[in-house]
Amino acid sequence: MSMHYFANPTRFTRLAGRIQPWAGGLSAVLLAVGLYLALVAAPADYQQGDTVRIMFVHVPSAWMAMFCYSFLAVASAVALIWKHPLADLAAKASAPIGAGFTFLALVTGSLWGKPMWGTWWVWDARLTSVLILLFLYLGYMALWQAIEDSQKAAKAAAVLALVGAVNVPIIKFSVDWWNTLHQPASVLRMDGPAIHPSMLWPLLIMALAFQAYFVALLLARIRMELNLRRIRALRLAERAS
Amino acid sequence: MESFMQFAEMGGYGGYVWPAFGIVLAVMLFMWIAGMRGWRKSEQVLASLRSSRRQREDISE
Repeated sequence: MSMHYFANPTRFTRLAGRIQPWAGGLSAVLLAVGLYLALVAAPADYQQGDTVRIMFVHVPSAWMAMFCYSFLAVASAVALIWKHPLADLAAKASAPIGAGFTFLALVTGSLWGKPMWGTWWVWDARLTSVLILLFLYLGYMALWQAIEDSQKAAKAAAVLALVGAVNVPIIKFSVDWWNTLHQPASVLRMDGPAIHPSMLWPLLIMALAFQAYFVALLLARIRMELNLRRIRALRLAERAS
Repeated sequence: MESFMQFAEMGGYGGYVWPAFGIVLAVMLFMWIAGMRGWRKSEQVLASLRSSRRQREDISE
């Protein structure tokens, strides 16, 4: 099946309509299970006590912040190179979701940092690069708003998204490349997860819940962007006639 | 009751743990409601534009 199979907006809308409720339902169920495991079933950490529970929302938020930006950058590249008619709408639709998760990663990290590091914020590599990620999202969204011609806006925003993509590996490896208060990776590492299953499972379930939430919300937002594009075209046609 | 109080205290870190979970759920709920509302509204506007267009075409025929 070629990539252009789903480039047809009608076909996309039909498929999205079928996936969206399932992804939404799955997200709600996983979130309920994940919250129970995170707040009740998972043990407190022997060093960090109950603050370790913040990990179950902080880490999935941070993963989503990076995942959404990677999605945004790939969709922008597809839009620029292959002129896929849905790709720039998909990129545009994903930006506010990514910005939301980046904000959540920063706030929950701060709430975890205060009791464990003794400070809400430090200007180290990991925290600063994630703050830059938030600004990239906001800049991307502002660019769409600032340019009236939507084709020009799409192109400018896509270029910004691709330039900003350099920040994603910087975030991921910042904990290895620079001295930082932030701990190194515990789950996504070459020698396997360094985290006990009693904490790994709730973490993975929460991460899946966030992922399913992203899918459902993204599909709704792409359908909205498609509708807005059709509305604009209809109004233009009306004015012309 | 005592065990509930213990649960709410989160080993003395309740002031950090609960706001963290609270803000995550609040922001996710807000983004969800805003996204779904925007999508439904766009469906309505599009449908009404299309039906008024059809009506006009019927009249002009």
